Amino acid sequence: MAYNLKKESVKPERLTGGHRLCAGCGASVAVRGVLRAVNPEDKTVCGVATSCLEVSSVLFPFTAWKEGFIHCAFENVAATVSGVEANYQVKKRKGEIKDTYKFVAFGGDGGTYDIGLQSLSGAMERGHDMVYVCYDNEAYMNTGLQRSSSTPKFAEVSTAPVGAKQGQGEMGVGKGQHKKDLTGIMVAHGIPYVAQTTFTGNFKDLHEKAHKAHYTPGAAFLNVLAPCPRGWRYPPEELMTITKLAVDTCVWPLFEVIDGEYKLTYEPKQKLPIEDYIKLQGRFRHMFAKGNEWMIEDLQKHVDKKWEQLLKRCK
Amino acid sequence: MGIRKLLSGNEATATAMKQINPDVVAAYPITPSTEVVHYFSQYVADGEVDTQFVAVESEHSAMSACIGASAAGGRTSTVTSACGLALMWELLYVASGQRLPMTLAVINRALSGPININNDHSDSMGARDSGWIQLYSENNQEAYDNYIMAQRIGEHKDVLLPVMVCQDGFITSHAVENIELLEDDKVKDFVGKFEPTRHLLDGKPLSVGPYDTPMHYFEHQYQRAQAMIAAKKVILDVSKEYAKVSGREYGLFETYKLEDAERVIVVVNSSAGTAKVAADQLRAKGEKVGVLKIRVFRPFPVTEIAEALKNAKAVAVMDKCDSFNAMGGPVFVDVRTALYELEKRPLTINYIYGLGGRDVTVDNFLTVFNALSEVVKTGKTGETYRHIGVRGVN
Repeated sequence: MAYNLKKESVKPERLTGGHRLCAGCGASVAVRGVLRAVNPEDKTVCGVATSCLEVSSVLFPFTAWKEGFIHCAFENVAATVSGVEANYQVKKRKGEIKDTYKFVAFGGDGGTYDIGLQSLSGAMERGHDMVYVCYDNEAYMNTGLQRSSSTPKFAEVSTAPVGAKQGQGEMGVGKGQHKKDLTGIMVAHGIPYVAQTTFTGNFKDLHEKAHKAHYTPGAAFLNVLAPCPRGWRYPPEELMTITKLAVDTCVWPLFEVIDGEYKLTYEPKQKLPIEDYIKLQGRFRHMFAKGNEWMIEDLQKHVDKKWEQLLKRCK
Repeated sequence: MGIRKLLSGNEATATAMKQINPDVVAAYPITPSTEVVHYFSQYVADGEVDTQFVAVESEHSAMSACIGASAAGGRTSTVTSACGLALMWELLYVASGQRLPMTLAVINRALSGPININNDHSDSMGARDSGWIQLYSENNQEAYDNYIMAQRIGEHKDVLLPVMVCQDGFITSHAVENIELLEDDKVKDFVGKFEPTRHLLDGKPLSVGPYDTPMHYFEHQYQRAQAMIAAKKVILDVSKEYAKVSGREYGLFETYKLEDAERVIVVVNSSAGTAKVAADQLRAKGEKVGVLKIRVFRPFPVTEIAEALKNAKAVAVMDKCDSFNAMGGPVFVDVRTALYELEKRPLTINYIYGLGGRDVTVDNFLTVFNALSEVVKTGKTGETYRHIGVRGVN
């Protein structure tokens, strides 16, 4: 059946409203999008790494999660969910569980690119039948906007602030390194399904990838760009503008890798310059200061290089 | 009748695990506990157990997977030593704080650094305040028996806490002893089925591990503390029931020639055997000496130990672990606290011994008993924080 957002959006939510995430936050949008792709007759258990998503959605004695939910710690959501899944496998074998369950681990970029990378790598390599979803907002937002290995170069974060001597070399220019290619690292694990997505138009891209991830046997990984209005400094209502521009500037290309085969799932008709994306975000404001033109050039060059590499892989 | 078998402490533990047939075992190799994982993987490969074995990439993930499995309603086990336990540290508190029963065999080994693979108790003693029940085992038989009893203790509705079953690395884990096993069906009947009231796969909404604000966190900690208090009775009840099946009786601790003893050594794990030999030698000469071997260190049997030691004149508490607090080891601190409530207290000294696999001999214990004679004679403890078996010290 063809994808229809109207029909999808009237399905019962597995993450209900009333949680305490900020207006314009990408985390809950990502979670709801991913969980909408689980067939209605199937049940879910979601694990969440310590993060904004966790502290905002399960404040004892309340929970926004309408099915199984587990939080254990920051760096181990993949291992925790792999334990839940292992127990499901044995109970299923013994015939003690009739229902079909889907297991989803959610982590922010701090809990995934950085502190949780080992746990993630282990769970994916072991091939647990689960989906790991990184909701990537490119910094440690829960603790107050510190740099992560996912933070893009030049973004201003609290542990890589913009210094007083702007326009005079590479000191105090925001983060000094480019973003880690986590999706590529996950592809290198050789798992059956890896995809990069975000919120575009009618959410078809996210929905279809999430559905494939849930229903591909074995381990699957989704990297979802999920902007943070406070950290990125954009007006909350601009969430979808930001994600659309991330895709159209090729800062965040949409693609999937099925059994090692790359496939581009969206190619912008006209690739936009990165200024269009970064000018809407306060974290990049200093890049437009006089004397800092080289930063824009540097970042554009990096985006172009990565895009060309991806196009080659997708041929 | 039981089955006589020649087994190492590691194989005895693995055999108990096989007979229990847990739903999930998640484990990572570390000397000297690795063998347990070898044996168990073979049982899985041979189809002798129904267990889903998760060969994780670290002890941190081992404990995380056990937490997930237990929250999902599975009977769960793992095994580790030393730095492996240290890497689990953060999650030990999560397991007990979320009230998730599971059994962890700790094959005691010294913590780094410097790195050392031999036995002492610095690993599990460091985890003594993590909300886990701790059972200690003198020999292979006790390691086996404790492991089976641990299931029932941790899963009891008044307890719901994880349990560590400790034994000495190499000394018992790799030494082969003749022990008596229960038949498979007896173990199966004894441990029964793990049936938690709620779990993640029961089809109803459940959130495990929520964010706890100051409004509720303290109450949850209080409940965990109450569970540890309640565990004492459950341990004794389960031990009594086990005695009926096995013929082997266990209490919170074992007393050896303690009734009229004036000088007593308090000790944990395998060195208890050595201390008993020293006590026998002195008893043969008519000296009133005895040994108290702690089996249950958490919950700490505070009143029972005080009662058992109330007639002693002098007590030496042995710690195979230093607390680096310029005062004394963890067992000493707790035993002396227990004795404080007595109107007439024995004089109490502490010995740090056997660190990093340093040999512990009968002579060491004779030296300690002699030192206790001196304490009795002078009526003074002198320095209470002592070390034995260190070159250049004694």
